[in-house]
Amino acid sequence: MTLLREINQNVRRIMPSQLERLVRRGEQLREELRHGVKKPYKNLMDVFWGDLQGGGVRPLSFVRQVLAACYYPQLVHSDKLPIDVRERAQALLGACEGGSVGSYAATSGMRHVQESVARFICQRDGGVPSNPDNIYISTGSQRSIMKVLKLLVHREGSPPTGVLTPVPGYRSVTMILEAFGAAVVPYHLREGPGWVLQTEELHRALRATEGSCKPTVLYVINPGNPTGHVQSRKSIEEVIRFAAEKKLFLMADEVYQDMTFGKGQTFVSYKRVLAEMGPPFSHTVELASLHSASKGFMGEAGLRGGYVELVNLDPSIIDYVHTLFSTDAGAPVSGQLALELMAQPPRPGEPSYPIYTQETQAIRAMLVQNVGRALEVLNSLPGVSCQAVEGGAFVFPRLHLPPRAVQQAQEAGLEPDLLYCSRLLEEEGLCVAPGCEHGQMEGTHHLRISMATSVERAEEALRRLTAFHLRFMEDFS
Amino acid sequence: MLVSEPSIRMSFVQDVKSRMGEPRVSPQESLQKWATLKVERKPFQKVIDVSSDDSHRAGMKPFSFVRQVLAGCLYPELLYGDSLPQDARKRVQDLLRGCDGGSVGSYSDSAGLLHVQSSVAEFITRRDAGVPSHSQNIFISAGSQQALTVVLKLLARGEGLSQTGVLAPQPWPRTLPMVLDVAGVCLVPYPLHEEQGWALEVDQLHWALQHARGRCHPRAIYISNPGNPTGHVQSRQSIEEVIQFAAEEKLFLLVDEVYQDSVYGKGRDFVSYKRVLFEMGRQYSKTVQMASFHSLSKSVLGECGLRAGYMELVNVDPDVMLFAETLFCCDICAPVPGQLALEVMVRPPEPGEVSYGTYKQEVLSNRNTLAQNAQQAWECLIGLPGVSCQPVMGGVSLYPKLSPPPALMAQAMALQVEVDVLYSHLLLEEEGVCVGAGSEHGQREGSYHLRLCILTRPDTLEEVLSRLTSFHLRLLDQVSQHALG
Repeated sequence: MTLLREINQNVRRIMPSQLERLVRRGEQLREELRHGVKKPYKNLMDVFWGDLQGGGVRPLSFVRQVLAACYYPQLVHSDKLPIDVRERAQALLGACEGGSVGSYAATSGMRHVQESVARFICQRDGGVPSNPDNIYISTGSQRSIMKVLKLLVHREGSPPTGVLTPVPGYRSVTMILEAFGAAVVPYHLREGPGWVLQTEELHRALRATEGSCKPTVLYVINPGNPTGHVQSRKSIEEVIRFAAEKKLFLMADEVYQDMTFGKGQTFVSYKRVLAEMGPPFSHTVELASLHSASKGFMGEAGLRGGYVELVNLDPSIIDYVHTLFSTDAGAPVSGQLALELMAQPPRPGEPSYPIYTQETQAIRAMLVQNVGRALEVLNSLPGVSCQAVEGGAFVFPRLHLPPRAVQQAQEAGLEPDLLYCSRLLEEEGLCVAPGCEHGQMEGTHHLRISMATSVERAEEALRRLTAFHLRFMEDFS
Repeated sequence: MLVSEPSIRMSFVQDVKSRMGEPRVSPQESLQKWATLKVERKPFQKVIDVSSDDSHRAGMKPFSFVRQVLAGCLYPELLYGDSLPQDARKRVQDLLRGCDGGSVGSYSDSAGLLHVQSSVAEFITRRDAGVPSHSQNIFISAGSQQALTVVLKLLARGEGLSQTGVLAPQPWPRTLPMVLDVAGVCLVPYPLHEEQGWALEVDQLHWALQHARGRCHPRAIYISNPGNPTGHVQSRQSIEEVIQFAAEEKLFLLVDEVYQDSVYGKGRDFVSYKRVLFEMGRQYSKTVQMASFHSLSKSVLGECGLRAGYMELVNVDPDVMLFAETLFCCDICAPVPGQLALEVMVRPPEPGEVSYGTYKQEVLSNRNTLAQNAQQAWECLIGLPGVSCQPVMGGVSLYPKLSPPPALMAQAMALQVEVDVLYSHLLLEEEGVCVGAGSEHGQREGSYHLRLCILTRPDTLEEVLSRLTSFHLRLLDQVSQHALG
């Protein structure tokens, strides 16, 4: 007897992604290796998640020391931890109900954390004020996106709510949109040079909808994932003007804002640019800007902390926002504390500052080296080209596959880059994400490779990729 | 903020209103917000909040072993030296081995860390005297509410007459209507029998089903055992009756067993729906479909802030389970510290291990406090005129019935609030005690209740009872004076 045979259409529409199949195969292979099955490689390498700790990079000492003391307050009185760690733990415990991290925290966020985040934002944006009341803490950027979309997407809408979405972008957001019954309106980032966002393309994408949906949201990712492009101030201004003109709600995913290392571009937030554009834009364009403790130097993806700052929302909507963010029992305390520590790191003069600086600089240096090395290797391979990367945790090289390879993939009913990744996994034990996972121009193929790992591991990944690629190109020439 | 295009903004607001309904701010939330404000010029020094099951907020201490293990997992430097006992250090090493990159900061699989799923499966098998549980049927969630929402989404379909209906007990857990609403299913109440200690009676299930016809399409039945807010613990016979009913009517069983650690009534033990199902023979054990839920927040550990729980799916098609997994993928994974605490919850220290003695003692002390508090609070409440309360067997709250004086009823009507909400509001204003109101849990017309969490420090409970008694007697006095005068 199967009661659950007829599942809601909206759930059915969510297909398990290509990446999940690949991940599952990766797990199977890992199991086989554990049971001593012989393979051409000794271990499986995952370089598709962009979190540092998954890539074997150590967490920041200050963060973990404070968290340990919060969870086991006996440590607050021990001299094993530096004094600024102990003081911070005490302050954070004081902000928790009953002085324990085990209590429920306020659903839209602990006040203390909201205030710390608001201070951080204001400092980051050169003094542009940030109101703690407009900061909503969640379990991560994905959750924040879901909440914001819930507010904006008319599930049973006719025509459906349209959300302009970058290609390439995040597969998980597309899945969420599909689950919500929204219409995905793709706009293509221009690969050469450097995956820029061109407003002409935004116009084209909008025109192409031709009344088939009601365009409501413009979703941007900056720094880009998977592209690694960091938008210039001018580009951000153009996007804001476009949103204003077309009356679109701007949703800006800025989770990689810490990780910029290109020589040209530094990160500037959508909020700052908006504020500095002055009226009427600064008072009217509605913006949600997202950040997370999972990415960047923190890399604390397992702790689940993120926030969204809402700008220029109609005050009468605020009650609904509050309701939306209170349908869960609140972001876990672990994530909220991680956010606070991200927002308020050690300052010069404090005992933990030297180590903190050393650790973050080492991570930055590692990323710069990995990206540099990857670009060097990739651009030297036949049939591979890769744009410069200015930020984020990935390289996103393009594969110029031989026609026979493309044909074989089509016959097997697979995307060519997925076929490539599957064979790469089987032959070299290296797991990277296929470009089809992120969306790409028809007829183009890509890979997404995480650089958020040690220099040695990155080198090993490149070695395995090179060996495989040369064989692959040879096989299909 | 300049509203340069008011018509656009207004239509947007109206659109949101029509889609989302009015903003949901429960009276309880307003009360709680009020409770956190500074109290000046009040006869009380501090507001005591016993409206929610947050034992840590109410001053109960966490268990040492759990926190030691978590601290070690967060900051593995603690493994060197003697800050942590030896068995805690070993557990940290075991747990970190199962985390990507050996760190709690890495992403975990959407359905949970594999070794946590295995430990949960082993725990369930032990708990149910050998009835097997498999890790592929275990989904780790960020709390029981999230897991319940996933299953509801799988069950939800249709609109109007064909909309999925879920039978739910009345009184229900406070957040249940919201969860059902968000998932797009209809709540079909089945009243519990107050005079029989809030027992679940199959007649009421049949009655509810009858009533549902013509309104929606019932596809599932939600059970809370031990009951929230009632504290009723079902007998094995009662569970069998419910399972038979579900089988006959082809309903999916949603079994919320989050309070399974909190059973203290004499002569009543917790037995899980899964165990009873399997012991009923193949006719049922191979066919009845079920999801059962447990949670870190409501377990003896009481770690609400860590946000973790699990659900076990029974007799669900593998294809459907794939959809469940997909839904979990669309959502986020449970925070890793929570998952690790869950592992400790299901695999606590064992006899012979260094931390066993302390752990056992802490659990015992916690459970004794609960049982004693329950008894003390119950005796106090039934001693108040106009208050009655069913004997308590389990859960962490008391759910007394109020017979409010007519004058208070009139005042409530004039203010257009439920009388139990008014009572709790006045109690907060005058004595600084925050309790829950029965109207948030659904109740029969004309009956009123309060909800008090009793998993608090004994001195806190004494203070609560003292203030409540004082308030209640004063209220009756005022009202009778008013009537006389």
